[in-house]
Amino acid sequence: MAGLLCAAIFFPGLTWADPPAAPAPARQAELLNLVRQDCGSCHGLRLEGGLGLPLTPQALGEKSPDALRETILHGRAGTPMPPWQPFLTEAEADWIVQMLLKGLP
Amino acid sequence: MRYHFLMFPLLFSLFILSGCAPAPLRGTGDLGVVIERAAGSIQVVETTNRTRLGQVPGLGDLSHASVNYSRDERYAYVFGRDGGLTKVDLLKMRIEKRVMQSGNSIGGAISQDGRLVAVANYTPGGVKIFDSATLEQVADIPAIDQAGKPSKVVGLVDAPGNRFVFSLYDGGEIWLAELRDPAKPVLRKFANIGREPYDAMITADGRYYVAGLFGEDGLVLLDLWHPDDGVRRVLDGYGKGEQKLPVYKMPHLEGWAATGSELLVPAVGRHEVLVIDQNNWTEAGRIPVHGQPVFVVARPDNRQVWVNFAFPNNDTVQVIDVPSRTVVKTLKPGKAVLHLEFTPRGEHVWVSVRDDDRVAIYDSETFAKIGELPADKPSGIFFTPRAHRIGL
Repeated sequence: MAGLLCAAIFFPGLTWADPPAAPAPARQAELLNLVRQDCGSCHGLRLEGGLGLPLTPQALGEKSPDALRETILHGRAGTPMPPWQPFLTEAEADWIVQMLLKGLP
Repeated sequence: MRYHFLMFPLLFSLFILSGCAPAPLRGTGDLGVVIERAAGSIQVVETTNRTRLGQVPGLGDLSHASVNYSRDERYAYVFGRDGGLTKVDLLKMRIEKRVMQSGNSIGGAISQDGRLVAVANYTPGGVKIFDSATLEQVADIPAIDQAGKPSKVVGLVDAPGNRFVFSLYDGGEIWLAELRDPAKPVLRKFANIGREPYDAMITADGRYYVAGLFGEDGLVLLDLWHPDDGVRRVLDGYGKGEQKLPVYKMPHLEGWAATGSELLVPAVGRHEVLVIDQNNWTEAGRIPVHGQPVFVVARPDNRQVWVNFAFPNNDTVQVIDVPSRTVVKTLKPGKAVLHLEFTPRGEHVWVSVRDDDRVAIYDSETFAKIGELPADKPSGIFFTPRAHRIGL
Protein backbone atom coordinates (compact mmCIF):
# COMPACT_ATOMS: atom_id res chain seq x y z
CA MET A 1 0.00 0.00 0.00
CA ALA A 2 2.85 2.36 0.89
CA GLY A 3 4.38 1.54 -2.46
CA LEU A 4 1.14 2.43 -4.20
CA LEU A 5 0.97 5.77 -2.42
CA CYS A 6 4.58 6.49 -3.32
CA ALA A 7 3.86 5.63 -6.90
CA ALA A 8 0.87 7.94 -6.88
CA ILE A 9 2.87 10.79 -5.33
CA PHE A 10 5.93 10.47 -7.49
CA PHE A 11 4.24 9.48 -10.70
CA PRO A 12 0.89 11.26 -10.52
CA GLY A 13 0.26 10.72 -14.22
CA LEU A 14 0.93 7.00 -14.04
CA THR A 15 -2.17 4.91 -14.39
CA TRP A 16 -2.75 1.62 -16.08
CA ALA A 17 -4.33 3.43 -18.98
CA ASP A 18 -0.81 4.60 -19.82
CA PRO A 19 1.56 1.69 -20.21
CA PRO A 20 4.72 2.20 -18.16
CA ALA A 21 7.83 3.30 -20.00
CA ALA A 22 9.40 0.17 -21.43
CA PRO A 23 13.00 -0.57 -20.43
CA ALA A 24 15.71 -0.29 -23.09
CA PRO A 25 15.91 -3.36 -25.38
CA ALA A 26 19.09 -4.76 -23.79
CA ARG A 27 17.53 -4.49 -20.35
CA GLN A 28 14.32 -6.08 -21.63
CA ALA A 29 16.33 -9.11 -22.70
CA GLU A 30 17.96 -9.27 -19.25
CA LEU A 31 14.60 -9.00 -17.52
CA LEU A 32 13.02 -11.68 -19.67
CA ASN A 33 15.94 -13.98 -18.93
CA LEU A 34 15.53 -13.22 -15.23
CA VAL A 35 11.82 -14.05 -15.33
CA ARG A 36 12.22 -17.21 -17.38
CA GLN A 37 15.27 -18.56 -15.61
CA ASP A 38 15.34 -17.21 -12.06
CA CYS A 39 11.61 -16.82 -11.42
CA GLY A 40 11.34 -20.07 -13.36
CA SER A 41 13.36 -21.87 -10.68
CA CYS A 42 10.26 -21.83 -8.48
CA HIS A 43 7.47 -20.98 -10.90
CA GLY A 44 8.58 -23.30 -13.72
CA LEU A 45 10.33 -22.34 -16.96
CA ARG A 46 6.96 -22.22 -18.63
CA LEU A 47 5.66 -20.35 -15.57
CA GLU A 48 3.10 -23.09 -15.05
CA GLY A 49 3.98 -23.32 -11.38
CA GLY A 50 6.20 -25.33 -9.06
CA LEU A 51 6.97 -24.47 -5.48
CA GLY A 52 5.56 -21.07 -6.50
CA LEU A 53 2.17 -20.48 -8.06
CA PRO A 54 1.62 -20.50 -11.83
CA LEU A 55 2.23 -17.12 -13.51
CA THR A 56 0.53 -17.71 -16.84
CA PRO A 57 -1.95 -15.10 -18.13
CA GLN A 58 -4.80 -17.50 -17.34
CA ALA A 59 -3.56 -18.01 -13.78
CA LEU A 60 -3.06 -14.26 -13.21
CA GLY A 61 -6.23 -13.16 -14.99
CA GLU A 62 -8.11 -12.00 -11.90
CA LYS A 63 -5.19 -10.35 -10.11
CA SER A 64 -4.62 -6.61 -10.11
CA PRO A 65 -1.44 -5.38 -11.80
CA ASP A 66 -0.62 -3.18 -8.83
CA ALA A 67 -0.81 -6.10 -6.42
CA LEU A 68 1.39 -8.16 -8.71
CA ARG A 69 3.99 -5.39 -8.85
CA GLU A 70 3.94 -5.15 -5.06
CA THR A 71 4.50 -8.89 -4.77
CA ILE A 72 7.44 -8.75 -7.18
CA LEU A 73 9.06 -5.81 -5.41
CA HIS A 74 8.37 -6.73 -1.81
CA GLY A 75 7.81 -10.49 -1.79
CA ARG A 76 5.09 -12.25 0.16
CA ALA A 77 5.58 -12.65 3.89
CA GLY A 78 5.06 -16.17 5.12
CA THR A 79 5.97 -17.69 1.76
CA PRO A 80 9.33 -18.30 0.07
CA MET A 81 8.63 -15.43 -2.41
CA PRO A 82 11.50 -12.96 -1.86
CA PRO A 83 11.51 -9.21 -2.56
CA TRP A 84 13.13 -8.36 -5.91
CA GLN A 85 13.33 -4.64 -5.19
CA PRO A 86 17.15 -4.68 -4.85
CA PHE A 87 17.39 -5.71 -8.50
CA LEU A 88 14.42 -3.98 -10.15
CA THR A 89 13.00 -0.47 -10.48
CA GLU A 90 9.27 0.02 -10.08
CA ALA A 91 8.96 0.70 -13.80
CA GLU A 92 10.77 -2.57 -14.56
CA ALA A 93 8.46 -4.45 -12.22
CA ASP A 94 5.47 -2.85 -13.96
CA TRP A 95 6.87 -3.92 -17.31
CA ILE A 96 7.33 -7.49 -16.05
CA VAL A 97 3.72 -7.53 -14.84
CA GLN A 98 2.55 -6.39 -18.28
CA MET A 99 4.62 -9.10 -19.91
CA LEU A 100 3.25 -11.78 -17.57
CA LEU A 101 -0.34 -10.70 -18.15
CA LYS A 102 0.21 -10.77 -21.90
CA GLY A 103 2.15 -14.01 -21.87
CA LEU A 104 5.94 -13.98 -22.18
CA PRO A 105 7.28 -13.84 -25.74
CA MET B 1 31.91 -71.13 -51.81
CA ARG B 2 28.33 -71.05 -52.86
CA TYR B 3 27.34 -70.10 -49.30
CA HIS B 4 29.71 -67.16 -49.23
CA PHE B 5 28.55 -66.04 -52.62
CA LEU B 6 25.00 -65.77 -51.31
CA MET B 7 25.83 -64.30 -47.95
CA PHE B 8 27.93 -61.43 -49.15
CA PRO B 9 25.16 -59.40 -50.85
CA LEU B 10 22.92 -60.04 -47.87
CA LEU B 11 25.46 -58.78 -45.38
CA PHE B 12 26.33 -55.90 -47.65
CA SER B 13 22.72 -54.79 -47.93
CA LEU B 14 22.31 -55.03 -44.14
CA PHE B 15 25.35 -52.82 -43.82
CA ILE B 16 23.86 -50.30 -46.25
CA LEU B 17 20.47 -50.41 -44.50
CA SER B 18 21.99 -49.71 -41.13
CA GLY B 19 23.44 -46.56 -42.65
CA CYS B 20 26.94 -46.91 -41.31
CA ALA B 21 29.29 -49.24 -39.58
CA PRO B 22 28.02 -50.34 -36.16
CA ALA B 23 29.19 -48.15 -33.29
CA PRO B 24 32.11 -49.73 -31.46
CA LEU B 25 31.21 -51.44 -28.20
CA ARG B 26 31.62 -49.25 -25.17
CA GLY B 27 30.80 -49.20 -21.47
CA THR B 28 28.75 -46.52 -19.76
CA GLY B 29 30.68 -45.92 -16.53
CA ASP B 30 32.22 -42.70 -17.81
CA LEU B 31 29.02 -41.30 -19.30
CA GLY B 32 26.77 -38.60 -18.01
CA VAL B 33 23.94 -36.26 -18.81
CA VAL B 34 23.85 -32.46 -18.93
CA ILE B 35 20.36 -30.99 -18.68
CA GLU B 36 19.59 -28.21 -21.15
CA ARG B 37 16.74 -26.79 -19.15
CA ALA B 38 15.18 -24.31 -21.56
CA ALA B 39 15.53 -26.37 -24.73
CA GLY B 40 14.08 -29.46 -23.06
CA SER B 41 16.98 -31.57 -24.22
CA ILE B 42 19.84 -33.47 -22.64
CA GLN B 43 23.40 -33.85 -23.77
CA VAL B 44 25.07 -37.20 -23.39
CA VAL B 45 28.71 -36.61 -22.41
CA GLU B 46 31.72 -38.73 -21.50
CA THR B 47 34.27 -37.80 -18.86
CA THR B 48 37.33 -39.71 -20.10
CA ASN B 49 38.08 -37.42 -23.02
CA ARG B 50 35.57 -34.79 -21.91
CA THR B 51 33.47 -34.71 -25.03
CA ARG B 52 29.85 -34.47 -25.97
CA LEU B 53 28.55 -37.63 -27.61
CA GLY B 54 25.13 -36.41 -28.64
CA GLN B 55 21.92 -34.70 -27.76
CA VAL B 56 18.45 -36.09 -27.04
CA PRO B 57 15.62 -33.55 -27.53
CA GLY B 58 11.93 -33.67 -26.71
CA LEU B 59 11.98 -33.99 -22.92
CA GLY B 60 9.63 -31.12 -22.04
CA ASP B 61 10.10 -28.47 -19.32
CA LEU B 62 13.39 -29.33 -17.67
CA SER B 63 13.56 -26.56 -15.09
CA HIS B 64 14.62 -28.33 -11.93
CA ALA B 65 15.10 -31.57 -13.84
CA SER B 66 16.96 -34.42 -12.21
CA VAL B 67 18.22 -37.81 -13.31
CA ASN B 68 18.53 -41.30 -11.86
CA TYR B 69 20.29 -44.19 -13.56
CA SER B 70 19.39 -47.83 -14.09
CA ARG B 71 21.75 -50.14 -12.24
CA ASP B 72 23.37 -51.22 -15.50
CA GLU B 73 24.16 -47.54 -16.10
CA ARG B 74 22.67 -47.69 -19.55
CA TYR B 75 19.42 -45.83 -19.05
CA ALA B 76 18.81 -42.37 -17.63
CA TYR B 77 15.45 -41.61 -16.04
CA VAL B 78 14.85 -37.90 -16.51
CA PHE B 79 12.29 -36.18 -14.28
CA GLY B 80 10.88 -32.99 -15.81
CA ARG B 81 9.07 -30.14 -14.16
CA ASP B 82 6.02 -30.70 -16.36
CA GLY B 83 5.43 -34.18 -14.95
CA GLY B 84 7.23 -35.94 -17.78
CA LEU B 85 9.21 -39.08 -16.93
CA THR B 86 11.54 -40.11 -19.73
CA LYS B 87 13.74 -43.17 -20.02
CA VAL B 88 16.70 -42.41 -22.27
CA ASP B 89 19.07 -44.99 -23.74
CA LEU B 90 22.54 -43.48 -23.33
CA LEU B 91 24.15 -45.77 -25.87
CA LYS B 92 21.61 -45.31 -28.64
CA MET B 93 21.04 -41.75 -27.53
CA ARG B 94 17.34 -41.87 -27.97
CA ILE B 95 14.16 -41.87 -25.93
CA GLU B 96 13.20 -45.40 -24.98
CA LYS B 97 9.92 -44.52 -23.29
CA ARG B 98 8.21 -41.37 -22.08
CA VAL B 99 5.12 -40.86 -19.92
CA MET B 100 3.39 -37.74 -18.62
CA GLN B 101 2.74 -38.91 -15.10
CA SER B 102 1.50 -35.75 -13.37
CA GLY B 103 0.97 -32.04 -13.91
CA ASN B 104 4.06 -30.90 -12.08
CA SER B 105 6.91 -32.86 -10.58
CA ILE B 106 10.11 -32.18 -8.68
CA GLY B 107 12.33 -35.25 -8.76
CA GLY B 108 12.63 -38.97 -8.45
CA ALA B 109 14.46 -41.97 -7.10
CA ILE B 110 15.24 -45.54 -8.12
CA SER B 111 14.72 -48.47 -5.78
CA GLN B 112 17.42 -50.61 -4.19
CA ASP B 113 16.64 -53.49 -6.56
CA GLY B 114 16.52 -51.20 -9.57
CA ARG B 115 13.06 -52.34 -10.57
CA LEU B 116 11.06 -49.33 -9.44
CA VAL B 117 11.26 -45.66 -10.27
CA ALA B 118 9.46 -43.24 -7.95
CA VAL B 119 8.49 -39.67 -8.82
CA ALA B 120 7.74 -36.87 -6.36
CA ASN B 121 4.93 -34.62 -7.53
CA TYR B 122 3.65 -31.15 -6.72
CA THR B 123 0.39 -31.29 -8.70
CA PRO B 124 -1.39 -33.42 -7.69
CA GLY B 125 0.92 -33.93 -4.74
CA GLY B 126 2.14 -37.42 -4.03
CA VAL B 127 4.47 -40.15 -5.22
CA LYS B 128 3.89 -42.41 -8.18
CA ILE B 129 5.83 -45.61 -8.65
CA PHE B 130 6.72 -47.05 -12.05
CA ASP B 131 8.20 -50.24 -13.38
CA SER B 132 11.70 -49.19 -14.41
CA ALA B 133 11.65 -51.43 -17.48
CA THR B 134 8.32 -50.41 -18.98
CA LEU B 135 7.42 -47.18 -17.13
CA GLU B 136 4.04 -48.69 -16.37
CA GLN B 137 2.58 -47.31 -13.18
CA VAL B 138 2.53 -49.85 -10.36
CA ALA B 139 1.47 -47.70 -7.38
CA ASP B 140 0.10 -44.27 -6.55
CA ILE B 141 0.61 -42.69 -3.13
CA PRO B 142 -1.39 -39.42 -2.81
CA ALA B 143 0.15 -37.13 -0.21
CA ILE B 144 -2.82 -36.25 1.96
CA ASP B 145 -1.57 -34.95 5.29
CA GLN B 146 -3.08 -35.54 8.73
CA ALA B 147 -5.34 -32.54 8.32
CA GLY B 148 -6.73 -34.08 5.13
CA LYS B 149 -5.04 -31.58 2.82
CA PRO B 150 -3.03 -32.44 -0.28
CA SER B 151 0.64 -31.61 -0.11
CA LYS B 152 3.55 -31.11 -2.47
CA VAL B 153 6.17 -33.81 -2.10
CA VAL B 154 9.90 -33.05 -1.84
CA GLY B 155 13.09 -34.80 -0.77
CA LEU B 156 12.29 -38.21 -2.28
CA VAL B 157 15.13 -40.72 -1.90
CA ASP B 158 15.58 -44.48 -1.96
CA ALA B 159 16.56 -46.38 1.15
CA PRO B 160 17.68 -49.95 1.85
CA GLY B 161 14.84 -52.49 2.11
CA ASN B 162 13.33 -51.34 -1.19
CA ARG B 163 11.97 -48.32 0.56
CA PHE B 164 11.42 -44.74 -0.47
CA VAL B 165 11.43 -41.81 1.94
CA PHE B 166 9.94 -38.41 1.20
CA SER B 167 8.65 -35.23 2.84
CA LEU B 168 5.37 -33.33 2.59
CA TYR B 169 6.20 -29.66 2.03
CA ASP B 170 2.80 -28.22 2.94
CA GLY B 171 1.89 -30.86 5.51
CA GLY B 172 5.18 -30.97 7.41
CA GLU B 173 5.42 -34.75 7.46
CA ILE B 174 7.94 -37.45 6.55
CA TRP B 175 6.66 -40.67 4.99
CA LEU B 176 8.42 -43.98 4.68
CA ALA B 177 7.09 -46.28 1.94
CA GLU B 178 8.18 -49.91 1.84
CA LEU B 179 7.67 -51.57 -1.54
CA ARG B 180 8.56 -55.20 -1.13
CA ASP B 181 5.24 -55.79 -2.87
CA PRO B 182 5.24 -52.87 -5.32
CA ALA B 183 1.47 -52.93 -5.77
CA LYS B 184 0.90 -52.61 -2.02
CA PRO B 185 3.13 -49.94 -0.53
CA VAL B 186 3.31 -50.10 3.26
CA LEU B 187 3.35 -46.55 4.60
CA ARG B 188 4.67 -45.23 7.84
CA LYS B 189 4.03 -41.55 8.55
CA PHE B 190 5.81 -39.10 10.83
CA ALA B 191 3.70 -35.98 11.41
CA ASN B 192 4.42 -32.57 12.91
CA ILE B 193 8.07 -32.63 11.94
CA GLY B 194 8.29 -28.85 11.44
CA ARG B 195 7.23 -26.23 8.90
CA GLU B 196 7.93 -26.54 5.20
CA PRO B 197 10.53 -29.24 4.69
CA TYR B 198 11.96 -28.07 1.35
CA ASP B 199 14.36 -30.88 0.47
CA ALA B 200 16.05 -33.83 2.10
CA MET B 201 18.99 -36.20 1.76
CA ILE B 202 19.96 -39.60 2.98
CA THR B 203 23.45 -40.42 4.20
CA ALA B 204 25.56 -42.58 1.90
CA ASP B 205 25.03 -45.64 4.11
CA GLY B 206 21.26 -45.24 3.77
CA ARG B 207 20.72 -44.90 7.48
CA TYR B 208 19.87 -41.26 8.22
CA TYR B 209 17.24 -39.25 6.40
CA VAL B 210 17.68 -35.53 7.00
CA ALA B 211 15.14 -32.93 5.88
CA GLY B 212 15.83 -29.20 5.82
CA LEU B 213 13.09 -26.84 6.97
CA PHE B 214 12.32 -23.60 5.19
CA GLY B 215 9.64 -22.38 7.61
CA GLU B 216 11.85 -22.82 10.67
CA ASP B 217 15.55 -22.74 11.50
CA GLY B 218 16.44 -26.36 11.73
CA LEU B 219 16.71 -29.81 10.26
CA VAL B 220 14.82 -33.00 10.97
CA LEU B 221 16.48 -36.38 11.40
CA LEU B 222 14.97 -39.83 10.96
CA ASP B 223 17.14 -42.83 11.84
CA LEU B 224 15.96 -45.58 9.49
CA TRP B 225 17.58 -48.22 11.67
CA HIS B 226 15.30 -47.10 14.51
CA PRO B 227 12.15 -45.65 13.00
CA ASP B 228 10.26 -46.40 16.21
CA ASP B 229 12.25 -43.62 17.85
CA GLY B 230 10.52 -41.14 15.54
CA VAL B 231 11.99 -37.92 14.17
CA ARG B 232 14.25 -35.61 16.02
CA ARG B 233 15.14 -31.95 15.51
CA VAL B 234 18.74 -31.14 14.66
CA LEU B 235 20.44 -27.74 14.73
CA ASP B 236 17.27 -26.21 16.09
CA GLY B 237 17.32 -22.43 15.79
CA TYR B 238 20.63 -22.19 13.96
CA GLY B 239 19.55 -18.74 12.76
CA LYS B 240 19.25 -17.72 16.42
CA GLY B 241 16.04 -15.86 15.70
CA GLU B 242 17.79 -13.42 13.37
CA GLN B 243 15.84 -12.36 10.32
CA LYS B 244 17.02 -14.56 7.50
CA LEU B 245 17.95 -12.97 4.19
CA PRO B 246 15.54 -13.23 1.29
CA VAL B 247 16.14 -16.52 -0.48
CA TYR B 248 16.40 -16.14 -4.27
CA LYS B 249 17.01 -19.81 -4.86
CA MET B 250 16.08 -22.72 -2.65
CA PRO B 251 19.09 -24.69 -1.45
CA HIS B 252 19.35 -28.29 -2.55
CA LEU B 253 20.13 -31.07 -0.21
CA GLU B 254 20.75 -33.85 -2.65
CA GLY B 255 24.38 -32.90 -2.78
CA TRP B 256 24.79 -32.45 0.93
CA ALA B 257 28.27 -33.35 1.79
CA ALA B 258 28.87 -36.18 4.20
CA THR B 259 32.54 -36.23 4.99
CA GLY B 260 32.87 -39.21 7.28
CA SER B 261 32.06 -37.87 10.70
CA GLU B 262 30.68 -34.53 9.57
CA LEU B 263 27.85 -33.28 7.41
CA LEU B 264 28.23 -29.95 5.66
CA VAL B 265 24.90 -28.36 4.80
CA PRO B 266 23.71 -25.04 3.37
CA ALA B 267 22.22 -22.58 5.85
CA VAL B 268 18.91 -21.20 4.57
CA GLY B 269 18.97 -17.42 4.16
CA ARG B 270 22.51 -17.07 5.48
CA HIS B 271 25.95 -16.79 3.90
CA GLU B 272 27.13 -19.86 5.76
CA VAL B 273 27.77 -23.55 5.43
CA LEU B 274 26.85 -25.39 8.62
CA VAL B 275 28.96 -28.23 9.97
CA ILE B 276 27.12 -30.99 11.82
CA ASP B 277 28.96 -33.51 13.99
CA GLN B 278 27.39 -36.77 12.92
CA ASN B 279 28.20 -38.52 16.19
CA ASN B 280 25.84 -36.46 18.29
CA TRP B 281 24.04 -34.43 15.59
CA THR B 282 25.04 -31.09 17.04
CA GLU B 283 26.51 -28.05 15.36
CA ALA B 284 30.27 -28.39 15.08
CA GLY B 285 30.92 -25.09 13.32
CA ARG B 286 30.02 -22.61 10.62
CA ILE B 287 31.97 -21.62 7.59
CA PRO B 288 31.37 -18.11 6.22
CA VAL B 289 31.01 -18.18 2.44
CA HIS B 290 30.41 -15.82 -0.48
CA GLY B 291 26.61 -16.04 -0.62
CA GLN B 292 23.68 -18.27 0.20
CA PRO B 293 24.82 -21.80 -0.62
CA VAL B 294 22.72 -23.85 -3.05
CA PHE B 295 24.73 -27.03 -3.62
CA VAL B 296 27.34 -28.15 -1.08
CA VAL B 297 29.11 -31.09 -2.71
CA ALA B 298 31.95 -33.17 -1.32
CA ARG B 299 34.72 -34.40 -3.58
CA PRO B 300 34.59 -38.21 -3.52
CA ASP B 301 37.63 -38.35 -1.21
CA ASN B 302 35.85 -35.91 1.18
CA ARG B 303 38.91 -33.69 1.45
CA GLN B 304 37.20 -30.77 -0.30
CA VAL B 305 33.70 -29.42 -0.51
CA TRP B 306 32.63 -27.24 -3.43
CA VAL B 307 29.80 -24.75 -3.05
CA ASN B 308 27.73 -22.68 -5.46
CA PHE B 309 25.42 -19.83 -4.57
CA ALA B 310 21.97 -18.33 -5.04
CA PHE B 311 21.20 -15.28 -7.15
CA PRO B 312 22.70 -12.62 -7.12
CA ASN B 313 25.97 -14.31 -6.08
CA ASN B 314 25.64 -17.10 -8.61
CA ASP B 315 28.75 -16.27 -10.65
CA THR B 316 30.96 -17.83 -8.00
CA VAL B 317 32.08 -21.24 -6.75
CA GLN B 318 34.06 -21.67 -3.55
CA VAL B 319 36.19 -24.57 -2.41
CA ILE B 320 36.25 -25.45 1.30
CA ASP B 321 39.17 -27.42 2.70
CA VAL B 322 37.41 -29.81 5.05
CA PRO B 323 40.10 -30.39 7.73
CA SER B 324 40.71 -26.66 8.26
CA ARG B 325 37.11 -25.64 7.48
CA THR B 326 38.34 -22.68 5.46
CA VAL B 327 37.65 -21.44 1.96
CA VAL B 328 40.84 -22.12 0.01
CA LYS B 329 39.73 -21.04 -3.44
CA THR B 330 37.17 -18.73 -5.01
CA LEU B 331 36.41 -19.28 -8.67
CA LYS B 332 34.33 -17.18 -11.07
CA PRO B 333 33.15 -19.70 -13.66
CA GLY B 334 30.66 -17.25 -15.23
CA LYS B 335 27.11 -16.03 -15.09
CA ALA B 336 24.59 -18.21 -13.23
CA VAL B 337 26.40 -21.30 -11.99
CA LEU B 338 23.64 -23.83 -11.36
CA HIS B 339 25.23 -27.15 -10.53
CA LEU B 340 28.46 -29.06 -10.15
CA GLU B 341 29.34 -32.74 -10.42
CA PHE B 342 32.59 -34.58 -9.72
CA THR B 343 34.00 -37.28 -11.95
CA PRO B 344 33.72 -40.69 -10.26
CA ARG B 345 36.97 -40.43 -8.32
CA GLY B 346 37.01 -36.67 -8.09
CA GLU B 347 39.97 -35.49 -10.17
CA HIS B 348 37.73 -33.14 -12.16
CA VAL B 349 34.57 -31.21 -11.49
CA TRP B 350 32.08 -30.15 -14.14
CA VAL B 351 30.28 -26.86 -13.56
CA SER B 352 27.19 -25.69 -15.46
CA VAL B 353 27.17 -21.97 -16.30
CA ARG B 354 23.63 -21.29 -17.41
CA ASP B 355 23.72 -17.77 -18.79
CA ASP B 356 27.04 -18.30 -20.56
CA ASP B 357 25.66 -21.43 -22.26
CA ARG B 358 28.56 -23.67 -21.35
CA VAL B 359 29.89 -26.30 -18.98
CA ALA B 360 33.29 -25.51 -17.47
CA ILE B 361 35.59 -28.31 -16.31
CA TYR B 362 38.13 -27.80 -13.53
CA ASP B 363 41.00 -29.80 -12.12
CA SER B 364 40.03 -30.20 -8.47
CA GLU B 365 43.64 -30.24 -7.26
CA THR B 366 45.11 -27.29 -9.16
CA PHE B 367 41.78 -25.44 -9.71
CA ALA B 368 42.86 -24.83 -13.30
CA LYS B 369 40.14 -24.78 -15.91
CA ILE B 370 40.97 -27.65 -18.20
CA GLY B 371 38.09 -27.61 -20.60
CA GLU B 372 34.76 -26.29 -21.68
CA LEU B 373 31.76 -27.64 -23.59
CA PRO B 374 28.97 -25.60 -25.16
CA ALA B 375 25.49 -26.31 -23.79
CA ASP B 376 22.16 -24.54 -24.11
CA LYS B 377 21.28 -23.06 -20.69
CA PRO B 378 22.77 -26.01 -18.80
CA SER B 379 21.55 -26.87 -15.30
CA GLY B 380 21.98 -30.29 -13.69
CA ILE B 381 24.97 -32.50 -14.50
CA PHE B 382 24.64 -36.19 -13.60
CA PHE B 383 27.29 -38.87 -14.10
CA THR B 384 26.39 -42.55 -14.27
CA PRO B 385 28.23 -43.72 -11.10
CA ARG B 386 25.21 -42.28 -9.27
CA ALA B 387 23.57 -45.57 -10.28
CA HIS B 388 25.35 -47.32 -7.45
CA ARG B 389 24.96 -44.78 -4.69
CA ILE B 390 22.12 -44.93 -2.20
CA GLY B 391 20.02 -41.78 -2.34
CA LEU B 392 21.20 -40.61 -5.78
